[in-house]
Amino acid sequence: MTHTTTQRRGGATAAGTSLRRSRPRYGERLIVAFLFAAAFLSVLVTAGIVISLAIPTVDFFRTVNIGHFLTGRSWAPLFKPPSFGVLPLVAATIVVTLVAMLVAVPAGLGAATYLSEYASRRFRKVFKPVLEVLAGIPTVVYGFFALTFVTPLIQKIWPFGAPPDVYNMLSAGLVMGVMILPTVASLSEDAMNAVPQALRAGAFALGSTRRQVTTRVVFPAALSGIVSACVLGISRAVGETMIVLIAAGGTPRFTFDPRQGAQTMTAFIAAAGFGDQPTGSTGYKTIFAVGSLLFVLTFIMNIFSIRLVRRYREVYE
Amino acid sequence: MTAPPRPVARPDRGIRAARRLDPREAGFQGLLLLSFGLGVVVLAVLLIQVIVQGWPRLNLDLFRRFPSSLPSRAGAQSAIFGTLWVIGFTALFTVPLGVAAGIYLEEYADKQRWYNRLVELNIQNLAAVPSIIYGILGLGFIVRGPLKFGFVVISAALTLTLLILPTVILASREAIRAVPMSIRLASLALGATKWQTVSRQVLPSAVPGIATGIILALSRAIGEAAPLVLLGGLTFITFNPTGAFSPFTVMPIQIFNYIERPQSEYRVVAAAMIVVLLAILLLMNSVAIWLRNRFRQEW
Repeated sequence: MTHTTTQRRGGATAAGTSLRRSRPRYGERLIVAFLFAAAFLSVLVTAGIVISLAIPTVDFFRTVNIGHFLTGRSWAPLFKPPSFGVLPLVAATIVVTLVAMLVAVPAGLGAATYLSEYASRRFRKVFKPVLEVLAGIPTVVYGFFALTFVTPLIQKIWPFGAPPDVYNMLSAGLVMGVMILPTVASLSEDAMNAVPQALRAGAFALGSTRRQVTTRVVFPAALSGIVSACVLGISRAVGETMIVLIAAGGTPRFTFDPRQGAQTMTAFIAAAGFGDQPTGSTGYKTIFAVGSLLFVLTFIMNIFSIRLVRRYREVYE
Repeated sequence: MTAPPRPVARPDRGIRAARRLDPREAGFQGLLLLSFGLGVVVLAVLLIQVIVQGWPRLNLDLFRRFPSSLPSRAGAQSAIFGTLWVIGFTALFTVPLGVAAGIYLEEYADKQRWYNRLVELNIQNLAAVPSIIYGILGLGFIVRGPLKFGFVVISAALTLTLLILPTVILASREAIRAVPMSIRLASLALGATKWQTVSRQVLPSAVPGIATGIILALSRAIGEAAPLVLLGGLTFITFNPTGAFSPFTVMPIQIFNYIERPQSEYRVVAAAMIVVLLAILLLMNSVAIWLRNRFRQEW
């Protein structure tokens, strides 16, 4: 690898090749080796994640039937006898994610569209950092906000039937939606900015209004980028931990009612840190089994999203 | 940062005025503005709410006192010092590794090679892996498992390093890419070696961009709680850390700890700590933005 780069550079600086051959620069090669090692570390990290997840997970499935794990409706790993049906955790994750996306997708897309198609440069300069600040707020702060502000507010203004519990998936999801909003907004704004100006100009020349240009020209052209932004948003919602840990409660419950509290996959994993589970016990291994499920789910979504972004980049660059 | 100026935005000013009465156009624009406003409003409400709630405890006692079983005597000193220790070590590990990887990928890597493409895809994916998964990695490898450090400063710093490394690498790459090719060619033409070119020309020009990326990544690490909670961070620490292998607590974990207590008085302390945490983050972000604007070079 070093060799090829040297040759390529050598070609660019004419006489370079002969100089290098007579006196190879070992110091430079050493530096390149270190730089490569630093970059390759990331592959080792991924390998480390896979190994640290896989070994205890395989062990776990020696004692627990994998079919029971994936289809069981009762999650009680510390009870006697224990029950390892992961569906309650998955259901809670789905409910919270759905609520979050109901907020983040329309609001994020709206904000992105406004910034990309409507806002003046001054407006953008002043208000775009607000989204960046929103993205920089620690999740534990969002959790606090959900528990001490959003939940009481919802309980007070709940219009129909029984109000939500103190710990509920609704407020966790709503606040998580606001947390993800900047992700969706900034990625879809990038996608809309990448749409060539000529397409807009052409549509305007044909007499379209700004709304028509936005919805019929810019949206379709930026669609793959927008979808990729939303998929990345879902992936972040599924992997988000502190908000659900604080605001959605710690009881595994198989329910799709957002007014109730339930434990998500991430909340279960984090909560395992409270108790001191002895290394090697089945209780300790459940962390890794649920972690594997979470990793596989988010991994698929991330790869899908990265692929989509690459594809639309190829179209316009 | 901001998008290139739109030529279309100006010529149709007259058209827009004529169409202002069209309810669908106005409604659509209003809807977009509303969805943008949601973020602004939530941010404002959130800030006001934590300041109002934490106000009674926002005084010097917060910095003087340690966690306590009496809410009226609870403070944040051990958490603040813990955060300083952890972030200090995280920066120590992250900066050389992240910058080195960024230099390799931008300056040396031959994109045609499969292993370089693998590294690249891998970093993109790692940047999107949930933070709690890094907690699992830290638990399995660092706290228990092969290294068996236990829950000490260095375990947390290593875990957070792995967590923010992809972000730092991506930011370094972007900063290095922004340095124009002509500078490299000029340096090489004067007889400098590849490494001399990189270390004396490219890197100094890219420093402001890299520094901005590092500060933003570190501010993410400061607020991160999930992986550390899993590592076993919810312990009662009433002393400041004394070294890399000292037990500790950090601000987000201590905040979580106070939120979870049944007595509502603890929530006031939590809110006060949140204000301090947000102030630290705001300061770091301002420094990053200042760096970006102060040293930005127009090539």
